[in-house]
Amino acid sequence: MSNTARKSIGYGVEMVAFRVGPQEFCVDIKAVREIRGWTPATTLPHAPHYILGVINLRGTVLPVVNLAARLGLPLEDPTPRHVIIVVQAEDQTFGLLVDAVSDILSISPELMQGAPDLAQDSAKAFVSSVIAMEERMIARIMPERMLPERLRLN
Amino acid sequence: MSALDEIRVVFFQECDDQLQELEDGLTAMEGGETDDDTVNRVFRAVHSIKGGAGAFDLHKLVKFAHTFETVLDEVRSHRLAADGTVMPVMLRSADHLRDLVAAGRDGGDGDQERSKELIVELEALIGGPKGGHSAADDDDEGDGGLSLADFEFTPIAMDWGAMGLGTGLGGGLGEDAAASEGEEDGPAIRISFRPRKDLYAKANEAAVLLREVAALGKATVRCDISDVPLLDAIDPEGAYLAFEVELDGENATEAKVREIFEFAEWDCDLEIKARGGSVPDFGAIGGDDAGGLSVADLLARLQGEIATEAPSESTDSAEGSPLPSLKPAPETSEPAKAEGKDDKDDKGKAGSKGEAEAPAVVIRVELHRVDKLIDLVGELVTTQTMLAQKVEEAGLPTGSEVVSSIEELDRLTRTLQDSVMAVRAQPVKSVFQRMPRLVRETASATGKKVNFVTHGENTEVDKTVVERLSDPLTHMIRNAIDHGLEKPDDRVAKGKPAEGTVTLSAAHRSGRIIIEISDDGGGINRPKVKQIAIDKGLIPADAVLSDEETDQLVMLPGFSTATTVSAISGRGVGMDVVKSSIEALGGRLSISSRPGLGSAFTMSLPLTLAVLEGMIVRVEEETLVIPLSTIVFTFRPQPGDVQYVGQGRTVHVRDQIVPLIDVGVALGYRKDPVDPLTSVAVLVDCDNNRRVALLVDDIRGQRQVVIKSLEKNYRPVHGISAATISGEGRVALIVDVEAIAGDRTLDNFIFGIDNVAAE
Amino acid sequence: MSKTILTVDDSRTMRELLRSALEPAGFTVLQAEDGLHGLEVLGASEPDAIITDINMPRMNGLEFIEAVRLDAAKRAIPIIVLTTESDTAKKDRARRAGATGWIVKPFDPARLIAAINRVVA
Repeated sequence: MSNTARKSIGYGVEMVAFRVGPQEFCVDIKAVREIRGWTPATTLPHAPHYILGVINLRGTVLPVVNLAARLGLPLEDPTPRHVIIVVQAEDQTFGLLVDAVSDILSISPELMQGAPDLAQDSAKAFVSSVIAMEERMIARIMPERMLPERLRLN
Repeated sequence: MSALDEIRVVFFQECDDQLQELEDGLTAMEGGETDDDTVNRVFRAVHSIKGGAGAFDLHKLVKFAHTFETVLDEVRSHRLAADGTVMPVMLRSADHLRDLVAAGRDGGDGDQERSKELIVELEALIGGPKGGHSAADDDDEGDGGLSLADFEFTPIAMDWGAMGLGTGLGGGLGEDAAASEGEEDGPAIRISFRPRKDLYAKANEAAVLLREVAALGKATVRCDISDVPLLDAIDPEGAYLAFEVELDGENATEAKVREIFEFAEWDCDLEIKARGGSVPDFGAIGGDDAGGLSVADLLARLQGEIATEAPSESTDSAEGSPLPSLKPAPETSEPAKAEGKDDKDDKGKAGSKGEAEAPAVVIRVELHRVDKLIDLVGELVTTQTMLAQKVEEAGLPTGSEVVSSIEELDRLTRTLQDSVMAVRAQPVKSVFQRMPRLVRETASATGKKVNFVTHGENTEVDKTVVERLSDPLTHMIRNAIDHGLEKPDDRVAKGKPAEGTVTLSAAHRSGRIIIEISDDGGGINRPKVKQIAIDKGLIPADAVLSDEETDQLVMLPGFSTATTVSAISGRGVGMDVVKSSIEALGGRLSISSRPGLGSAFTMSLPLTLAVLEGMIVRVEEETLVIPLSTIVFTFRPQPGDVQYVGQGRTVHVRDQIVPLIDVGVALGYRKDPVDPLTSVAVLVDCDNNRRVALLVDDIRGQRQVVIKSLEKNYRPVHGISAATISGEGRVALIVDVEAIAGDRTLDNFIFGIDNVAAE
Repeated sequence: MSKTILTVDDSRTMRELLRSALEPAGFTVLQAEDGLHGLEVLGASEPDAIITDINMPRMNGLEFIEAVRLDAAKRAIPIIVLTTESDTAKKDRARRAGATGWIVKPFDPARLIAAINRVVA
């Protein structure tokens, strides 16, 4: 984290950028609670394929989403060099498994282009806009869409 | 938050308590307990709400409470019988009072139309409105027994004197304005003050009064000692001195002086003269010696402040009235252990006055603080477990200091955990008490007669459980009345009493709380239920079901017996939702029914959602926890005991043949079942007295585990009730025994193996 | 030396309102929930004045006043009763029981203090 350059491009939204396979994504820094290394997860029965399981985050049970699987990208098994970005969306806290954190950016709104045209159809549901800067294409994902639908009991 | 805002919070908390008292008391009165104690308790509840509401300017609430209180006062003084005419109005008024309080809390006035209707009804009970006009027509003043000034901090200059009403300390402005009219430079006032013996007996003090007078301006006091007798004739408690005061100054108005002597006027000869003639005294001060009040008036207004005993008529002391012996308590009362119990439980019905039982000392703590504490204790338990495990791995000899310290720490940690959990324990009473109103409303909407009985309302469970009981109970009680009980005529035709009975009970049983809602209605109409299930495609038309299995059908998603959607139960919420919300609490719902005699719905819930004793087992690579409360015993299946029945297997154990379920397969950790002969079976008890053997790879031990929610950040998982943190600091899942066992019976039969929402 | 006032009322709201009026005025406030509790607190303290509600469970305000007036050690303590209505009959009963004075609730804090000053030496 400390050696990532903070590039400020005008005034804008602070974003945490990270890599999954060959692609770059980012989330609003306000949604990020912490970033931690990978630890083995406990498998959840009957879980969708993109849920790696749950880990213990200081006494809280934290589900971990394998972002590559969620976005329909090629899968690789998690290793200790993988990173979990702990995010909070709506009232749930969960982890996103990514390859590495690449950057912290400040992005002005005009750099964000809507209606992204992505290779993976499945990713469209999770990406709100695409940021194009210095040869990079960074897709902004919506963390609140990462977890499976909850069953509404009440 | 200002101090007053904080007290406002206290007031509404207290209102909740008082409303419960009211509900309790009225329910008791309805059951024929119309003793003075009960009635007085009810009166006091309304009285307290009114008193506090006045302080927060909740005029509408005050007005309604006042009318209600007036009727209760009539009942209290035996001028009105709490009969079948009076009670329903009172119960409806109590319900409405609750609504008004809730409205007040949110800053509103509530349903004023309803207030008017009820005020008219209440007034009708006591022979029409007092003073000839109904409080229902008033906008902001009460009836003849009430003055606006009683509910205002800011006195308003109105001539209440004309109505023979004093305003006590509340009427200052009017008097001052009247008294100091046209006085420019402050009149000289002459006071002649001769205390009587009683003045001192009531702890008034002439010197204090004179000091207060002197504070108004420049005072010259002369003491008249002409009445003082010789020493041997002096009564030490007698009154022999008289005082003459001349007062000058800006503030020296007759009204102010009168106010000072307000209390003393009871027991002294007092003359107050302003220079230039006396200002007519129109009884504005205290209203005490107000003219125009006849003895008959007084008697009429002598509303029993004490219902139990008429006051003794003797002036000096109340001889003959039973008084407690005045033994000074040697020390302050010991605080009772905080059980989260309302100390009002043992008030009001306390026995003889001699046994001065100190009320339990109760403090209110914000819940999040307690929760923080529970979380920390949970962490402590986890850490302690890890530590114990590390010590064990180090292979230190038993009896070594480290090992015995660890054991001591373990004991302390558990005691601490139990104590903290006890702080959150609450009687289910708070939920049960909301039900009588629901019963009344449902009964009147469905035209049924219902006698509602509750048992075991002091049974304690964790607060979180209590809070989440409300919805399922509401729904089940509605169902019991709407679907369970027959109409009065139909009941009579069947030879039953016209009034049906719905019973709500709570009890502890083997580490769980059992809540049962039963009715003596017609029971579940099995042929009809089965037909509906077939019509809705829930079961095949040729399904063969036992009676019990038929009863369970009403809990299937999509099942609703309301052929005509009634306003009561037809809210689109079926028993399936009730069932799943109970299951979300780690609970179970079961049904038993006897045609013609009634039905019983039984919920079984964990006492707390924070800890459980568990057996730690291994399945494949996963560590799982099976709640100890469900386990009968563990055994290794022997060759010959295992039978294959169709797809499934059974095992013969202790003269019983029970289904054998591979937990790994049930939870999807493996495709093929393991060999039972190389595994361990855990015999568990399920609802409806079923037993099932769960097959696991290995048993690791027994431990108390801290329950962590899986739903909070994820969602409910079929077959898993919650999670915990294992000794290694990893997440371990807690098995939902009932769900896994259930897969082998009706659920499996109807839905197939798992009903997880497809992605 | 601050003066101590014992407040006796079964309503927590009222006790807190009294406290919020009395403490800023420099009084030390003791609380009791009913007459019996009041007698207990009184057994272990020496208040300069007592403010009591009338209608309370276990032992009402009038019984409480009578009891205090019968106790040689405590009878000289001024007792002010809280009444909801400025009802002559009620005041009269309180007076016969031995009350020093009364105050109508809801009370205006300034008037409450004034009333106390008129009875506390």
